[in-house]
Amino acid sequence: MSSITHLQFLESEAIFILRETAAQFQKPALLFSGGKDSIVMAWLARKAFYPAKLPFPLLHVDTGHNFPEAMTYRDWFVNEIGAQLVVGSVQKSIDDGRVQEEKGINASRNKLQTVTLLDTIEEHQYDAALGGGRRDEEKARAKERFFSHRNEFGQWDPKNQRPELWNIFNGRKHFGEHFRVFPLSNWTEMDIWQYIRQENIPLPTLYFSHQRKIIERHGQLLDASTGLIPLLDEEKPKVKEMTIRFRTVGDATCTGAVESTASTIDEIVAEVAAARQTERGTRADDKRSETAMEDRKKEGYF
Amino acid sequence: MDVLVNPTESSLLRFTTAGSVDDGKSTLIGRLLYDSKSIFEDQLLAVEESSKRRGDAHVNLALLTDGLRAEREQGITIDVAYRYFATPKRKFIIADTPGHLQYTRNMVTGASTADVAIILIDARLGVIEQTKRHSYLASLLRIGHVVLAVNKMDLVNFDQAVYDRIVGEYMAFIGGLENAPSITPIPMSALNGDNVVDRSEHTPWYSGPALLEHLETVQVAIEKADDPARLPVQWVIRPMSDKQDEKLGVSLHDYRGFAGRVASGTFRVGDEVVAYPSAMKSKITSIDTFSGSQSEAIPQLSYSFTLADEIDTSRGGMIVKAGEEPFVHQEFDAMICWFADKKTLKPRGRFYLRHTTNETRAVVTDVLFKVNISTLEKSTESKEFGLNDIGCIRLRTSAPLFFDAYSKNRTTGSFVLVDEQTNNTVAAGMIIRPMGDGTEEDAGSVI
Repeated sequence: MSSITHLQFLESEAIFILRETAAQFQKPALLFSGGKDSIVMAWLARKAFYPAKLPFPLLHVDTGHNFPEAMTYRDWFVNEIGAQLVVGSVQKSIDDGRVQEEKGINASRNKLQTVTLLDTIEEHQYDAALGGGRRDEEKARAKERFFSHRNEFGQWDPKNQRPELWNIFNGRKHFGEHFRVFPLSNWTEMDIWQYIRQENIPLPTLYFSHQRKIIERHGQLLDASTGLIPLLDEEKPKVKEMTIRFRTVGDATCTGAVESTASTIDEIVAEVAAARQTERGTRADDKRSETAMEDRKKEGYF
Repeated sequence: MDVLVNPTESSLLRFTTAGSVDDGKSTLIGRLLYDSKSIFEDQLLAVEESSKRRGDAHVNLALLTDGLRAEREQGITIDVAYRYFATPKRKFIIADTPGHLQYTRNMVTGASTADVAIILIDARLGVIEQTKRHSYLASLLRIGHVVLAVNKMDLVNFDQAVYDRIVGEYMAFIGGLENAPSITPIPMSALNGDNVVDRSEHTPWYSGPALLEHLETVQVAIEKADDPARLPVQWVIRPMSDKQDEKLGVSLHDYRGFAGRVASGTFRVGDEVVAYPSAMKSKITSIDTFSGSQSEAIPQLSYSFTLADEIDTSRGGMIVKAGEEPFVHQEFDAMICWFADKKTLKPRGRFYLRHTTNETRAVVTDVLFKVNISTLEKSTESKEFGLNDIGCIRLRTSAPLFFDAYSKNRTTGSFVLVDEQTNNTVAAGMIIRPMGDGTEEDAGSVI
């Protein structure tokens, strides 16, 4: 018996889900943020359909609050894997009056993304959106299906999910409904890093240790270099140069950094192994309440 | 704190947990995660804070797994939750399934992908109806290994006599089941961690392994390389390009790859195969992946096959090795578990049937028997299935299916039924045999 490693299992399972998505839906799209999970997902999609190209586009919901490094990487990566890119703009949703910008120093466009995402899905008539969500990330996600049904308002009903048995995934739906599909459901943060190392996948430089102007706010290390986060007058003298890296790369206004000197994948793997905080512990968006993720997901968040 | 598994050597073990309300399932999982250092500081802090708010006497580890608002409010687990942890030897996926009477469907769901089931018993209560039901479901879903976790031993003073009596009673019961799994009983206190990660000093009379030790070393019945080879076709890869692919050394213009994940057995380049639905024979020309062409395709991994002849197969079809053909039939008997609460299943009921990557329509031609879930006896009194009912039905499909018995192959022997109006998955099915193969007399042998 040729027994397979856990990474081989996870890779094959994700490829299976990606192929099921292409086969069961009319018009899927792969949600691509430039974060490591969506990079791994897109990487797997290239494998799933090789030697053909991806049968669906990458969809970036752009909050306009991006780290420039993430945008550089996005454009390079899309070109590298020969994919098509579609961009949904939160700025446009704001300009069109679809959403209102949050006020105050902790204002974030994270929540606004949901409206842009649902609008973009409707505009392009996507019937399945592939997301890089993992069940180990957060407790509400632990109950998420691979094929997650959304009603015509894009909402998730955690108490009425379809049971998923064996390798059978039921993507049947009524007109106007759609699905979120999570090929990386069974991956942990460590699996992602070990896979990136095994596959030698290039990553945005933000993930590696670098010098950055940082402001500490509510125990979080936030970026003070890009100017995307407004600073209070009393905070300004407290901005300091630190050696940090990001464990997740999302909207710049709510992505916290960690102090780190890890500048290679091997060093990051060692650091993740020793970490005492979940990666979402660096995300301000999850700290708003105990069920913040469940509430956002019910509304139609990623 | 993610333990560093060795990525080149570590295997994967999937297990499910079952028990009644308050048997301490969530606590056991919390304990496994906590003692194997798979819980992060911020998670623990959040749980400590909620425990305090709820007025719990000790840190309530169950809150680590009860993620939904309603679950935390009611202190119950509603839905299957998946949890992950690793030791240097193995990576583990836990399907934590609720023990409530009305949630049999969750146990069946969790069991469908599990190699091992942990069945919890409260040492004060012993073997109860729920224990028998969970064990029956584990054997029905063909889980090969069961850990009988006799929990709350601290509440019976770690009394060996109590433990021995429970294990004896359980063994007597399980001996009566067909397809009985192998049983590993372990005396435990999930709350205090006795025999969970480390062997407990409170049970000097117990010489077996602690739970984690057992999970790290148990040999699960993995697919054997010489099983009949099956590749359900998911998708046909056609690059529609005039370029040459350097890695595969082929012209993409004529490339036609049958993409799928090997369900069982091993395929090699040059093997003679049969492709369904046409049942035409051909030979494997190449087995392709992104890393290049391979000489063989092994169970659970995903590939793209090219064949020597123009063959009519596509999604829903299946490629098998010649001489190892599956059943090809439109009528068969199957055990099912009914999941819908607002609808019932009756003779003449019509559904979409999903089997591997195939979908067809199906009609219930007969209900052969239902299983009384309390006594595990067959009953023919009623022909109607309500929520969580289990029994044997006969189905006819609108097109032939290519399948094996579930007892031989969990992938090609399983299916789900989908409601035509709501599109919900309403039943899980396990095929026993095709009609007319002359073995009908032993229809009860699946129990």
